[in-house]
Amino acid sequence: MSTLAHDDHHDHKPTGLKRWFFSTNHKDIGTLYLIFALTMFFVGGSMAMIIRAELFQPGLQFVDPQFYNSMVTVHALIMIFGAVMPAGVGLANWMIPLMIGAPDMALPRMNNMSFWILPFAFALLISTLFMEGGGPAGGWTMYPPLVLQTGNAFPFLIFAIHFLGVSSIMGAINIIATVFNMRAPGMTLMKMPLFVWTWVITSFLLIAALPVLAGGVTMLLTDKYFGTSFFDAAGGGDPVLFQHIFWFFGHPEVYILALPAFGIVSQVIPAFARKPLFGYASMVYATASIAILSFFVWAHHMFTVGLPIKGELFFMYATMLIAVPTGVKVFNWVATMWKGAMTFETPMLFSIAFVILFTIGGFSGLMLGITPVDFQYHDTYFVVAHFHYVLLTGAVFALMSAVYYWLPKWTGYMYDERLGKIHFWLSLISSNVLFFPQHFLGLAGMPRRIPDYNIQFADFNAISSIGGFAYGLTQLLFVYIVLKCALGGKKAKPRVWEGAKGLEWYVPSPAPFHTFETPPKLTKEMLEH
Amino acid sequence: MKGNPKLKSSFHKILLALLLTPLTAIAEWGLNMTQGVTPISREIYSMHMVSLWVVTVIGIVVFSIMFWSIFHHRKSKGVKAAQFSHSTTVEIIWTIIPLAIIIALAIPATKLLIKMDDTSEAKITVKATGIQWKWKYDYLDEGLTIYSVLDNNSAEVSQRNSGIDPMQSENYLRDVDEAIVLPINTKIRILTTAADVIHAWWVPDLGWKRDAIPGFINDNWAIIEKVGVYRGQCAEICGSGHGYMPIVVKAVTMDDYTEWVSEKKIEQEAKNNTKDMVLTKAELMTKGEGVYKAQCIACHQATGEGIKGVFPAIAGSSVAIEADNRLRHVQQIIYGKGLMPAFGEQLSDVDIASVVTFTRNSWGNNTGDVIQAKEVSEARTKPNVITAGDSKKEKIAKGNIDELTKAR
Amino acid sequence: MFGFGYAMVPLYDVFCDITGINGKTSRVVENKNQSNVVSDRWVKVKFDANINGNLPWRLKPQVRNMKVQPGQFYEATYIVENMLDVDIVGQAIPSVSPQIASLYFKKSECFCFVNQLLKGYETKEMVVRFEVDKDLPDDVSSLTLSYTFFRAKSGNS
Repeated sequence: MSTLAHDDHHDHKPTGLKRWFFSTNHKDIGTLYLIFALTMFFVGGSMAMIIRAELFQPGLQFVDPQFYNSMVTVHALIMIFGAVMPAGVGLANWMIPLMIGAPDMALPRMNNMSFWILPFAFALLISTLFMEGGGPAGGWTMYPPLVLQTGNAFPFLIFAIHFLGVSSIMGAINIIATVFNMRAPGMTLMKMPLFVWTWVITSFLLIAALPVLAGGVTMLLTDKYFGTSFFDAAGGGDPVLFQHIFWFFGHPEVYILALPAFGIVSQVIPAFARKPLFGYASMVYATASIAILSFFVWAHHMFTVGLPIKGELFFMYATMLIAVPTGVKVFNWVATMWKGAMTFETPMLFSIAFVILFTIGGFSGLMLGITPVDFQYHDTYFVVAHFHYVLLTGAVFALMSAVYYWLPKWTGYMYDERLGKIHFWLSLISSNVLFFPQHFLGLAGMPRRIPDYNIQFADFNAISSIGGFAYGLTQLLFVYIVLKCALGGKKAKPRVWEGAKGLEWYVPSPAPFHTFETPPKLTKEMLEH
Repeated sequence: MKGNPKLKSSFHKILLALLLTPLTAIAEWGLNMTQGVTPISREIYSMHMVSLWVVTVIGIVVFSIMFWSIFHHRKSKGVKAAQFSHSTTVEIIWTIIPLAIIIALAIPATKLLIKMDDTSEAKITVKATGIQWKWKYDYLDEGLTIYSVLDNNSAEVSQRNSGIDPMQSENYLRDVDEAIVLPINTKIRILTTAADVIHAWWVPDLGWKRDAIPGFINDNWAIIEKVGVYRGQCAEICGSGHGYMPIVVKAVTMDDYTEWVSEKKIEQEAKNNTKDMVLTKAELMTKGEGVYKAQCIACHQATGEGIKGVFPAIAGSSVAIEADNRLRHVQQIIYGKGLMPAFGEQLSDVDIASVVTFTRNSWGNNTGDVIQAKEVSEARTKPNVITAGDSKKEKIAKGNIDELTKAR
Repeated sequence: MFGFGYAMVPLYDVFCDITGINGKTSRVVENKNQSNVVSDRWVKVKFDANINGNLPWRLKPQVRNMKVQPGQFYEATYIVENMLDVDIVGQAIPSVSPQIASLYFKKSECFCFVNQLLKGYETKEMVVRFEVDKDLPDDVSSLTLSYTFFRAKSGNS
């Protein structure tokens, strides 16, 4: 098999700290992002373990309610902004230039900066946990007036969010600039792999949504310290306005987390079904229409604030409408598998689990979108179960799938397939034990964000906690598998998977430090997907 | 499911008839949403079941096809992969079918929502005000106000490492000292608002929750059809006591309700006039401990030590020890200070007297002080020592000074 | 989009005005002649009062219910009392429910238009002069006017 890389002796790279701190190489920065995301996954995960330990049985055993609330708050912020988003950006950094035949990202220095902002932002956020008065404890949604009762942690929270926003926007600009300017000749937009497409659309979402959040939290800041009253009824403001601003960002944010996952699954399933992706064009259009619709559904997070009935109806219809393009995607994945010649390596297993479990999350999402019934579901564990199905067994499973899929390309070695499969099955079982009972808890009337509960909820909470601990432990196995693979093992071929399509499989494994320094000449075969 | 005549589609009817029965049985095990005790809550339940079955059926169909494919179209069976990659007809079909399904769901949902929106013709209006962390209920037609706080037993058990097993108490964290009483078969309008942060008033058996937002008033309604006790809790995070502000609705017949209102009015009359009560120190301590558990424990904790950096300690605090600070201590409870709410309206003179006595003689605060109701009653009319140090006059927002002078 | 976040503030106000979200009743109408009394329709108006947070005031409506005819102006009085010996400035925020009714509830005079100063232990009667618009939808037979007194923001010093 021919490869498009330069000879290895050309492949010099800086060494030591300099390589990582001053890196402008998309692969190194991608690696940094991925390592950072994994670290944050464990930091946020240990907070989840504290939450599940406290909820293991009724009564208050380990933490104070105030600390519990700050765990709930910081867990969410870390998992969303620190784990899932950076992991997605890391994959984008690593793979987009390889997939479109570009030598690097378009703006390499900005790329470096957008990563190195993150550790500082999270240092700010996590440091608040050690302050007098504790970390932010008003929920990650930061609704005023409650969030204005936060102590010294408040300005840290706001500035951390500003930093995260700046970092994400720079990352998004970089991806857009790269994709629109640096594609190899012949790589037209509708020839791009779907992963690239989903990231382009995600980038537009980021650029449109995050500044709105930045505006909103800045208003919180001035309300608290500079005497404005955007959200203070006493000065003519309205606390509900913040919720509108927050969710105008917040709903697109959900798709910022989910769309790259759609992209990953659309790469993995065709590879292991040895069959082209079904309905490529409709996938692109479905992704774009989900992104556009996501700006018109925000108030479904606020059905109980007392919206006028016309508003409630509008947002109910718009929300239900999202089910259509999402359905198209699921059907396309199933059709891709249909009459394929499938094998079930770890990436494929995670992707299939994604399709099923994300769809379950989508089903409960459809139910939540029905306004009158949402009056019962809202702010209960049914919602908690819903968004964890979408984000953990959805987004995180897809990210796991991506890591297994491309890990041999990154390290040059095959990961341990047997351990990978064990990791998959344990994750699959434990995450369902963790989150499925939470549907029942919510339906039975358990509100979210409470540190202690009535005894009628005891059984399901205990089951859920056991699932939680099992899931947490299982992820240590993942770290072991990745480390083992990075250090050695069976040599990986350039085309790691028999059915894998795309330009990234035409460079050697591991991918050399510099690739595509001169634009590759693309053949018809290279452009298949 | 006779409760839902509006569902015209026979598809729905068949689903409901065939599939609802087993799940109704499961509901008793706390797996499913409650059917509740109002016409609306039952309709919400059926809407929930319809959507649940719709998605279940879709899921079964789609995933059966997928798993059939997974079992048959695998490389190990020697299958050669087909290479088709699109089919416009199929794609149009699977865009239209979901669209049709959601339209079928949206129609009954719209009707139900419009029905829920109509709060007119209510016989009784009750206003629920969320306060960190209790509920205040005003019966607007009766001029009656009650406060509803987590019951003492739960408050005690819920302390961190209290050593008491919560499994002993069936209504752990779901009981209050004073439930709201509502008549059955009467349209009741429930207004929600809040005094500090956003709360949400939720009783699952009534079928809905509604946010309580400071400065704004939301309304909703219910017709309770069955005598009984219905429990719920605050559903919007409102600070550290969020899990500790339950809601208990006691539904009674109209006659019992009228009787309860008049009894309550007499009781409150008596409560407002306790300034002449004189109790022994032991009586004050017992009563005070009860008041403390109900009102103070969420922040100041059972140990009186509060939570560092958030809620100040009473144990060892100068306000609760020094003799000069007796008036300040009493007035701080009457008027509140900073985040601490004012209890002057909620607690009677004798309640405040007893809790002050209790806190000045517990956890090493051995002042030996005995405070009687009379002292509290006097403190209510004395100049406020808490704000005395502050400027005599609060600043007036700039643009409004002219109007203010005019107004006077 | 950052600017858009801010633009949402005035946009939201306009939106609330048009739709009556949150029962905001910011409209002020001229005190017109009362000649255009319409119909024999009667609407029940309930008066409600709230105090926010630690404002040591007491607020209550003089009458709790009033029957009014749409198109006619009425006056209602609230009694507000400062329970402390210091001067305090408060601001009242009105809210009308059901929301739809807030579009048809018009005030020509209201103590909520400006900050209110109460001296130590002062008791004041405060008046709201209002009209229920004759276009009030037929299915609204009663509405609630609720005031919440907040401690006024001290302004930028």
